[in-house]
Amino acid sequence: MDLLRFTTAGSVDDGKSTLIGRLLYDSKNIFEDQLEAVEVSSRKRGDENVNLALLTDGLRAEREQGITIDVAYRYFATPRRKFIIADTPGHIQYTRNMVTGASTANLAIILVDARKGVIEQTCRHAFIANLLRIQHVVVAVNKMDLVDYNQESYDEIVRSFSDFASRLDNIVEVTFIPISALRGDNVVEKSENMPWFEGPPLLYHLETVYLGSDDNHVDARFPVQWVIRPQSDRFHDFRGYAGRVAGGVFKPGDEVMVLPSGFSSRIRSIETYEGAVEEAFSPLSVAVTLEDEIDISRGDMIVKPNNPPKSGQDIEAMICWFSERKMAPRGKYILRHTTKEVKAIVKEVRYKVNINTLHKIEDDLEFTLNDIGRIALRTSSALFYDSYRRNRNTGSFVLIDEQANETVAAGMIV
Amino acid sequence: MLSYKVNHLKQLEAEAIYVLRETAAQFEHPALLFSGGKDSILMAHLARKAFHPAKLPFPLLHVDTGHNFPETLDYRDRYVQEAGARLIVGLVQDSIDKGRVTEESGANASRNALQTVTLLDAIEEHGFDACLGGGRRDEEKARAKERFFSHRNDFGEWDPKNQRPELWNIFNGRRQHGEHFRVFPLSNWTEMDVWQYIKLEEIELPSLYFAHRRRVLARGNTLLAESEHVEAGEGEEAEEKTVRFRTIGDMTCTGAVESGADNVEKIIQEVAAARQTERGTRADDRRSETAMEDRKKEGYF
Repeated sequence: MDLLRFTTAGSVDDGKSTLIGRLLYDSKNIFEDQLEAVEVSSRKRGDENVNLALLTDGLRAEREQGITIDVAYRYFATPRRKFIIADTPGHIQYTRNMVTGASTANLAIILVDARKGVIEQTCRHAFIANLLRIQHVVVAVNKMDLVDYNQESYDEIVRSFSDFASRLDNIVEVTFIPISALRGDNVVEKSENMPWFEGPPLLYHLETVYLGSDDNHVDARFPVQWVIRPQSDRFHDFRGYAGRVAGGVFKPGDEVMVLPSGFSSRIRSIETYEGAVEEAFSPLSVAVTLEDEIDISRGDMIVKPNNPPKSGQDIEAMICWFSERKMAPRGKYILRHTTKEVKAIVKEVRYKVNINTLHKIEDDLEFTLNDIGRIALRTSSALFYDSYRRNRNTGSFVLIDEQANETVAAGMIV
Repeated sequence: MLSYKVNHLKQLEAEAIYVLRETAAQFEHPALLFSGGKDSILMAHLARKAFHPAKLPFPLLHVDTGHNFPETLDYRDRYVQEAGARLIVGLVQDSIDKGRVTEESGANASRNALQTVTLLDAIEEHGFDACLGGGRRDEEKARAKERFFSHRNDFGEWDPKNQRPELWNIFNGRRQHGEHFRVFPLSNWTEMDVWQYIKLEEIELPSLYFAHRRRVLARGNTLLAESEHVEAGEGEEAEEKTVRFRTIGDMTCTGAVESGADNVEKIIQEVAAARQTERGTRADDRRSETAMEDRKKEGYF
């Protein structure tokens, strides 16, 4: 079966958790005991209706405050597709969670409150979806029941969102759907309250939207994760380079080059538990053996000599800052990229982005929590990379604070 | 390009193998938590795939409450032998004897909560810096917020509001001395995925998962197996029924369901039609609305 990973974004009270609860409930992916538990807690809280948000708000603090704090992953399936939802909170202080949820998604649902229209946070969500290279966006105009299912409110949101989104170049397709998550209009079933809307309901769109593969099958990239040396009599000479293909296709007999050493060899075999296979491509996990004995260790990358990645110590990247501690001027951090860990120094902040207007900020270059912008880094040894736009696996990295070990930033190589 | 599509099971397998190899690479002393339940069996199976043809680069760790089903222990011992793996057993009884924990008493007494202390003791004794667990995000609402690499402080506690962001497939396992990680390679699997994969790979499971005749006690909404650890209370009477277990844990808190599913195919059909989550039969989750989160904060699996 096909797998679609999507993320949901919206402001506080836009009804994200309710929408997810509704999707799960109406597609019969909610179990009796879950529903019973939610009914009981809704009654305890004095909620009028069964509060579907309680299905996803699992942490004590979330239930108490009625808000979503952390990324929650949800799973459901229909006969057409399997879905993984990254449900991310909309509060300003939790933008990092949205970036996190978006990093593995193929599609983003952005919720807009029909009464409030396109607001700052809507633009922020669209900007992040674009930055993380999500190609498919659904704008779910929610709470249509509170504007009497009025087409004009919807049309106005379509106009202003389209205007903003025309400046976002990674988003290939935007689909608008007027819904009421609370009442179930256009979520799973087509709404009878909005005969003026001709499109399909949300779930049908999710089940059928065409997904060009997010994996790159052109540029061969194999970051070595672990070297398998059995030390047994039977496999005395076995030396397998284990990893997950990060791009392209590898076959036995292929001429390959190992970075950083630059040594060449050929692939002898591609091994799995089930035996040798004829090819390996992203995102499969395999072990590669080579014709020649070369010193290879974790962090090295096996590529093809006619199509090598970029290589170097000077990296230009867009980053999103996650930490409450500010980025130090010329700060030193640990940088993790594929299976490699190096040190990195922030050489220069080029600019920050005002993500509500998309304007560059060039007079305040200090990165604090949730700031997004472009920086130049110098690494302690060469990275082998592609632009994030070309390959999400070899174009992404995180920065880690050396003392606290906290992940302080996510980076996308330009 | 179409030929490079892989189905969801293959994607989940590739992801889990990647996570298992990352764990071996990023930590000095990892261990795989092995309970003899289907999720830990699946995880061990994937670990064998990840490091084949070498043996597992880490031991299996079993926290034994002393209230295990004999079928589970038989299975465990055979599995360890067959895989050529190293097994470490942490006994809850030892924690009780040492006075580290006090046993609950009464009709619903369970050693489930006590396992946490035994687990943390084993982690400290053996210096484990990562424990691989078979937890899945679809199991329970607190687990839905868990990372693949989940940080635990010096006291083994989880701080759900302050988790490290986890992007793409880059995992940050850096830690201070005394801290450790729980790693969950099966995070993205659902119960259905697990069963479909077990069928596809023909993985052998303990007989408890399949329908069999057994004397059980109806207590609350669950059926508990009659045993020396679970005795009939007043007004209760054990009855023989055809049952199977959807999860396997301690005998005192793992409920059976009435079922005639005696092979994997029938179980898949049953899972597809089920109206209760698999943890719906777990007495330990029913103690409060946030029972799982509260236990996890303390260092539970």
